[in-house]
Amino acid sequence: MAEGAPANLLATGTPSPPAGAGEAHITIRGLSKAFGEAVIYDGFDLDIPRGRFVSVFGPNGCGKSTLINLVAGLLEADSGTIRFAGKRLRDTNFGYVFQNYREALFPWMRSIDNIRYPLKFRNIPRAERSERVERLVDRLGVTLDLAKYPYQLSGGQQQLVSIMRSLVIEPEVLFLDEPFSALDYEMTLFMRDQLQALFMDTRTTMVFVSHDLEEAVYLADDVMLLSRGPAEVADYVTVGIPRPRTAATISQADFVRIKAHCLDVFQKTVRGA
Amino acid sequence: MDRFGPLTPLIGVVGLLVVWQFAYWVEVVDRVLLPSPVAMFAAVWHGMTGGQLLLDFFRTVERTSLSILYAGLIGIPLGIALGSSIPVYRSVEFVVDFFRSTPASAVFPLFLAISGPGDATKIQVATFGASLVILFNVAYGVMNARKTRLQAAQVMGASRLRVLTDVMLFESLPQTFVGLRNGVSLALIIVIVAEMFIGSIDGLGHNVLDNQMLFEMPRMYAAIFVAGALGYGFNLLFLLIERRYVHWSGR
Repeated sequence: MAEGAPANLLATGTPSPPAGAGEAHITIRGLSKAFGEAVIYDGFDLDIPRGRFVSVFGPNGCGKSTLINLVAGLLEADSGTIRFAGKRLRDTNFGYVFQNYREALFPWMRSIDNIRYPLKFRNIPRAERSERVERLVDRLGVTLDLAKYPYQLSGGQQQLVSIMRSLVIEPEVLFLDEPFSALDYEMTLFMRDQLQALFMDTRTTMVFVSHDLEEAVYLADDVMLLSRGPAEVADYVTVGIPRPRTAATISQADFVRIKAHCLDVFQKTVRGA
Repeated sequence: MDRFGPLTPLIGVVGLLVVWQFAYWVEVVDRVLLPSPVAMFAAVWHGMTGGQLLLDFFRTVERTSLSILYAGLIGIPLGIALGSSIPVYRSVEFVVDFFRSTPASAVFPLFLAISGPGDATKIQVATFGASLVILFNVAYGVMNARKTRLQAAQVMGASRLRVLTDVMLFESLPQTFVGLRNGVSLALIIVIVAEMFIGSIDGLGHNVLDNQMLFEMPRMYAAIFVAGALGYGFNLLFLLIERRYVHWSGR
């Protein structure tokens, strides 16, 4: 059944970015990945458009995180190609935000040094490194004390430092793997808006893995719904709601309709698998 | 318990002294075998203010310090080398584990045959024992470096070498200190035993055995007490260094 499942889902929408979504930034062709017996991707194709916020949503174990780990080079694909506007990963300036900020930050460095760390691997003069961090702090309007060590900060503040660390290199693509799932609800709401402001400001291509449908739709230009084993794009939903979106957006008819549609696809996917 | 505040740990100490003094008064054992705590502390005071005990104390400190220094110089780099390559570690794990499980005292005769009954032998055996403990802990610390942290460095563009020096080294530090603390207590045990039996003329081990043979019991107790204080002091020293420089440990 698994092989056939995506086919009858096609009716609910287009399984790829709609025409006119703009130039493809990330091009995935023939991607395959298996963990032992479990085939997660088998000849997977996808175009992610430039300058858009793409949320990846799907059932547990469908390979949401695996996808961005393959694209970001944390996992090696069994076969297939991934290009960033024609370039390979190693020639691409990208950032990655982990779910577990506690384990992703370096507790032996002050927050400011954590943020500065990736600049070491780029040919940036020492003086400019500090300037870059300052500029980033100004732009985000961050008020936390960056001289503190990560373990002296709250969870949300730590994830903010972690996001700043991934932004300081001014990436062309930012991957986020369920970045807010370890935060409490209040902090999550705050961080969503921080991220949205950041996206509106930079228009960096963002690939955001989420297990929270509301969050996925709220933040996204496009929601990519994945099906299970091997993963296929069950639907690719464009969220045309203008930014900035606010708490009021969540109760708007458009938002409710899109979310309901996504949920519908999701449930068919789960049953199909 | 909060009523006593920071003095709480002293309750046990006072309790022990009271029981001891009481046992002395009612003569639970012969007073020659168990002198009063007062007599012991007098002997400590006398010995440590210019007596033989002070000299022996310094000799033991010197031997143990040298042993832990050499053990660190051997164990830490080897531990990092082994820990950063799983295949290499797996291939020598059994050998290291076997020697680590071998009582260091069992190899005294071997080192005696090689280096003679001098100071070198004592330090060599203590170094041998402590370096294996340190090596194991460092390797373990390196191997158990948090995977997310290594990946974070990797996605930021760190080379394999930079991941090792910037992340793995720091990640292994808390476990390295566990190794150093275990190593120094083992080194002290070996040094004291060596001072008792391996052709010694000084050191706390020699002092203990000497006073036992002369039946100078308060002095023997004093030497035992100083040896205990030394072990405690070494442990505390490493703990303080760890808290100062590995401030993130356990957080």
